[in-house]
Amino acid sequence: MNVLTDNFSTYGEGFLGTVELTVYSSVLALVLGFVMASFRVAPVGSIRVFGTAWVTVLRNTPLTLLFFAVLLGLPRFGLVLPFQVFAILALGCYTSAFICEALRSGINTVPTGQGEAARSLGMTFGQTLGLVVLPQAFRSVIPPVGSTLIALAKNSAIAGAFSVTELLGTYKTLSELGYNIVWTFVWIAVGYLIITLAISALFNVLERKWGIAR
Amino acid sequence: MTEASALYDIPGPRTRQRHFAYGVLSTVVILGLLGWILHLLFDTGQFTYTKWMPFEYKGIQELLLRGLGNTLKAFAIAGALSLALGGLLAAGRLSDHRPVRWLATVLVEFFRAMPVLVMIFFVFVALKVQPLPALVAGLTLYNGSVLAEVFRSGIGSVERGQREAAFALGMRKSQVMAHVLVPQAVRAMLPAIISQLVVALKDTSLGYLITYEEFLHAGKLIASNLDYDLPFIPVVLVISPIYIGMCMLLSWFAGWVSRREQRSPKTEAVDVAAAAPGTLLPGGDPPTAPGP
Amino acid sequence: MFRTTRVRTALAVSVALLAAACGKDGSPPSKGPAADRLPNYRVAQGFQLTSSKTWKRAKKRGHFVVGAKEDQPYLGEKDPATGTYSGFDIEIAKMMSASLGFTPKSVRFKTIASANRETSLQNGQIDYYVGTYTINDNRKKLVGFAGPYYLAGQSLLVRTDENDIHGPQDLEGKRVCSAAGSTPYQRIKDDYSKAELVAYDTYSVCVDNLLTYQVDAVTTDDAILIGYAAKVPDELKVVGRPFSKEPYGIGVPHSDNALRFALDDALQAREKNGDWKKAYAATLGLSGVPAPTPPAIDRYRAGS
Repeated sequence: MNVLTDNFSTYGEGFLGTVELTVYSSVLALVLGFVMASFRVAPVGSIRVFGTAWVTVLRNTPLTLLFFAVLLGLPRFGLVLPFQVFAILALGCYTSAFICEALRSGINTVPTGQGEAARSLGMTFGQTLGLVVLPQAFRSVIPPVGSTLIALAKNSAIAGAFSVTELLGTYKTLSELGYNIVWTFVWIAVGYLIITLAISALFNVLERKWGIAR
Repeated sequence: MTEASALYDIPGPRTRQRHFAYGVLSTVVILGLLGWILHLLFDTGQFTYTKWMPFEYKGIQELLLRGLGNTLKAFAIAGALSLALGGLLAAGRLSDHRPVRWLATVLVEFFRAMPVLVMIFFVFVALKVQPLPALVAGLTLYNGSVLAEVFRSGIGSVERGQREAAFALGMRKSQVMAHVLVPQAVRAMLPAIISQLVVALKDTSLGYLITYEEFLHAGKLIASNLDYDLPFIPVVLVISPIYIGMCMLLSWFAGWVSRREQRSPKTEAVDVAAAAPGTLLPGGDPPTAPGP
Repeated sequence: MFRTTRVRTALAVSVALLAAACGKDGSPPSKGPAADRLPNYRVAQGFQLTSSKTWKRAKKRGHFVVGAKEDQPYLGEKDPATGTYSGFDIEIAKMMSASLGFTPKSVRFKTIASANRETSLQNGQIDYYVGTYTINDNRKKLVGFAGPYYLAGQSLLVRTDENDIHGPQDLEGKRVCSAAGSTPYQRIKDDYSKAELVAYDTYSVCVDNLLTYQVDAVTTDDAILIGYAAKVPDELKVVGRPFSKEPYGIGVPHSDNALRFALDDALQAREKNGDWKKAYAATLGLSGVPAPTPPAIDRYRAGS
């Protein structure tokens, strides 16, 4: 029990590190995912190919390999950034592929008739997209995006093994100090549960507010 | 695919012309981007002889192959055990006895909510286990739990009438399961199961972090050697196509099975969504095709 | 499922064939000086240590399994191509094996990351560990230490074009890299808190980061740093005076005092008959730094 109380600052630091990683990477993943999803439904062939390649490659890349390539490979190009930024880059890009797929299937759930109806009412492309398609897509997209972001929070543990300050990495410090290793991990597990449950609660609220009953 | 979307009309001649212009422009931009990356690679001397020379040697090739073999070994064991654990947990969740159901639910939810890496490290560090069993244990607990959910939803999505008809014929629960529900569900679940195996294959690379001598570890050993000028980029260029290729092959196989099953009349009664990467959300599955 | 396995097997076989078809034998050339000949160690005949569980297990197996580092030039380094280990620590491990009645060649080495040393000794993954393992009281609670066999001291490795860093006092605001969970890491964190710390699981990544200007200095024991500097002398240099004392010990399972004392005896004998000096000359000595006097062996009482 005193593993937690004695090392509250170590745990707190790790916890905050994980939260920070999760938040920043989520933002990056959502933005990139949105861009890629719009690429994938674009009417222009080469853009669509680019989006598809991005998604296919990243979805089939082991995240550890991506971390390895980004954290240890990019500096070889002379790109000097803090490790946390590299970790956010790797996590964000990886997750963007999954976000993209969730968004795309969301857009595809909107029946063709909706768009046709909008256009026959004389709406412009922007209006069709903004007033008809996206609001409907957004609703059906909440649950899959939520579970993707939970997966992201869990995946952020890999960053700790690459020496970014986060929750899982605290075990090294604490085991060197000679604390009971099982309890160390119990509190690490609790930390992750808090984060994943918080995201899931947030998306439950969103779902209740915006989601469609299916 | 554009034709079927709610976003656009079928383009007319002028729009098609405009799209063609955009296409040329974006192709140029993308090619420019690729060219710039290639230039960077050359500029920072990633194609020098010293950096690629190690790959000429048999010893290095064997090291990489051994690593690949270890990766596949971990994948095979973890895959088989995950399927077994998944079946067990699914049976528990579908049990008629409340305590069993309860226990299985708690286990499934807990293991799905934990990062795989935390479980692997826990087994490796706290339970003091060798790298391979630790990796396999972590992967099995996580993927087994996810597969349990796939199995359960597969069984649950067999049309209700099938189960009712079977019970009406006087079959026992185990008979209904074995002869009616599972055979129909398995075919429909196959794509989702294979997709989850792709996740397991990808996650074997986590073994690298606990010094299991798998593919990435072999790569790192070469990449971090000062004698070869630290060939990180060459190693990544060699390793990633193989990793990505393996996963894509398996993903493609999942897609192929799914397409074949969709055409098969035997599975019409069932519709299983792919396993969602995350958890804890009611209806966390990706949306399936909407009704009219 | 069967079909994927078959496709995969076919793929693996074709890759293997491809690899077998083209490939130079031997291993890629390495940089830095190499010893003409590694010393031979006389094997103790008829040696028995039945009071040691570890020794008995090794006897049954026919060889020792020794934990080591794989990325420290001239200390403990694994050749990626051949899988053989070399360096000063490796030589120490071999001569210990010889003293305990096993031929030095029979030792099986196993790479163990810094953070997992105690664990691997506790769970019997390895019989003993030789890999820049600093003796301290915290660790003595978890494992036993024979030796010390070498007295290192923490120092700094910088690029040759670096003129601002002469010692730990100049680290303010600089990015300093070290291995996670290591003693040097803790010391910089505690004593020179103004330095910006970066940690990796292996030092070679630190050195890589130093060469690519990601960090400004690598800090750890001078022995390790000298090894790296000897690999690329025109790019790296060791600066300043060692600012700590790091007695390197041989890690053994905590309860196995018989093995610990046997290793102490063996070390003493090897230091006396000149094997220790020969091992140094064939490894770290190639850097040009003369051999120091080996530190006094500490036969601490069990349970302390």
